[in-house]
Amino acid sequence: MARLAGRRLLFAAPILLVVTFGVFAIAAASPFDPVKAYAGTAALGADAETLERLRDNLGVDQPFTSRWWHWLTSAVTGDFGQSSVLRQPVAEVIGERLVWSSLLCAVAFLVAVLTGTVLGVLAGRRPGSLLDRVVTSAAYSLEAAPVFWLALLAVWLFALQLGVLPAGGLTDTASEQVTFRQVASHIVLPAGVLAVSQLPWFTLYVRQGVSDALAEDPVRGARARGLSESTVLLGHALRSGLLPVLTLVGSRVPELITGALLVESVFSWPGIAAATVEAATAVDFPLLAALTTLATAAVLLGNLLADLLYGLFDPRVKFSDM
Amino acid sequence: MTCEPTATSGPVWRSYGVSRRSTRTVRVRISAALVAATVLAVFLVPPLVQLDQQAVDLSSKLLSPSWSHPFGTDDLGRDLFLRCVYGLRVSLLVGAAAALTATVIGTAIGAIAGALGGRADRALMRLVDTFSSVPHLLLGIFIVAMFRAGVWPVIVSVALTHWLSTARIVRAEVLSLRARPYIDAAISGGASRWRVAVRHLLPAVLPQAALAAVLMVPHAMWHESALSFLGLGLPTHLASLGNLIQGARGSLLAGQWWPTLFPGLFIIVPTLAIAGLAGAWRERINPRRRSELML
Repeated sequence: MARLAGRRLLFAAPILLVVTFGVFAIAAASPFDPVKAYAGTAALGADAETLERLRDNLGVDQPFTSRWWHWLTSAVTGDFGQSSVLRQPVAEVIGERLVWSSLLCAVAFLVAVLTGTVLGVLAGRRPGSLLDRVVTSAAYSLEAAPVFWLALLAVWLFALQLGVLPAGGLTDTASEQVTFRQVASHIVLPAGVLAVSQLPWFTLYVRQGVSDALAEDPVRGARARGLSESTVLLGHALRSGLLPVLTLVGSRVPELITGALLVESVFSWPGIAAATVEAATAVDFPLLAALTTLATAAVLLGNLLADLLYGLFDPRVKFSDM
Repeated sequence: MTCEPTATSGPVWRSYGVSRRSTRTVRVRISAALVAATVLAVFLVPPLVQLDQQAVDLSSKLLSPSWSHPFGTDDLGRDLFLRCVYGLRVSLLVGAAAALTATVIGTAIGAIAGALGGRADRALMRLVDTFSSVPHLLLGIFIVAMFRAGVWPVIVSVALTHWLSTARIVRAEVLSLRARPYIDAAISGGASRWRVAVRHLLPAVLPQAALAAVLMVPHAMWHESALSFLGLGLPTHLASLGNLIQGARGSLLAGQWWPTLFPGLFIIVPTLAIAGLAGAWRERINPRRRSELML
């Protein structure tokens, strides 16, 4: 297993390299000017000599390949440059926010997986039944709904109409400290919406897996042996039906990141996503480059996780074969 | 309870309730009607209805839905139904342009990889793997941020992130075609590479590529609206559905739900309708893959 993980990581490294290279290539092809971005409005009043010195310092006149190499070699040591919009080292920006984004994603994913399994089993038990049709139609409709729209409607209903949950942020505006109670009440809406947006695909795949497994021989055999319905359903059908889904869990990381990006921006959650949007609006290249790299690393990690989970749950899979 | 005579292989509860075939037909018909309604609304309402969607009427701002304004009005007194139809028009056109571009890129790369095989195939598939490792919206945001918001950067960024699945599908199709006897027959009959590609490979690949393009339109619309919602997409004077939802945030916080609700429904309904119709089409061209999930 460790060998598989090692080999996959070895494959991941070139992908990360190519992605960072691509990021620099896109920036080089775009009309983006690092000097203006770095100096901001101060560039307007600055004399030519200062700007020239700045150009020199930032290495603008070098080809983008050497700028990329310079960035890469310092990134390895943990130095991702300086964020021009937040006026803070990029590594620090990410470090501060990563905790909150991870917390949000983890809670949402857990809720989605648990709810999705329950709904998928209920619907997959009797394909074509009323419950199945309700769950399936709801899942398809939710899958088509933009997550930011769901988030806005949730704010309207729960924060404005019912007034039961806060509309956004991490803590109340009056509060100075981040306490557990505050975070717990503020995470309900964003995590709930993110979970709902990840729920449809999970429910549908579990449903498909369970209903397919119910038609197969092991289940027929279990029924013939007179096992109870719940044992057949949970012990046999769910177990084999869940297997293909587990491999998908890791591969859904991009969708989770996309969803988190939109949800965080609706709820002003102080995570990575809010920084991404801020960085994009202000064309903060160092921050954007680091965030893109980070997200890619997360996706690759998710893929690795999917492989490992698959081997863990299916004893027939040998790691040496993968 | 009507049971299809061919369904004997599966357990009885597979055909629980009404016949699955008839529900499927009804679903396809509803989807077709909704797609037709969408296309008609998008292309006919603007020239036929002589109302100005931009007409500001501050005396009738933020009216809740009524007979004269079925979707209500926004914070500048503009009729929301008209705004939504125009928004759908912008979103659909941008989505279709992006989907078409993505399909052309995907088909070209998939066909080249499948036809050449060997090292070129491996290199191109590595490229696909690399692209799919970056979350699409993030790559889109990056491109739009670097090239500034506008119609073209949005189309390009959506197209550049959406060609991957088409490339995979087309490559698989070309690979399976290359093993067929009639291709061997054509080659041993002296057909040139070009003739094999145009006469035999292209007609077989085209339906798959067309299907992928249609299925991609809702995806592209979704991406465009997400970018616009973040304020990084289309310029605000082009009122796409994402821009409408973004613009309604102020009204929503003041308690008016309709400027937010209806543009969202205008994204969901065409998405479901296109998916329903394309699903039936897919069953027709790949009958064996019926049970596969479509997401």
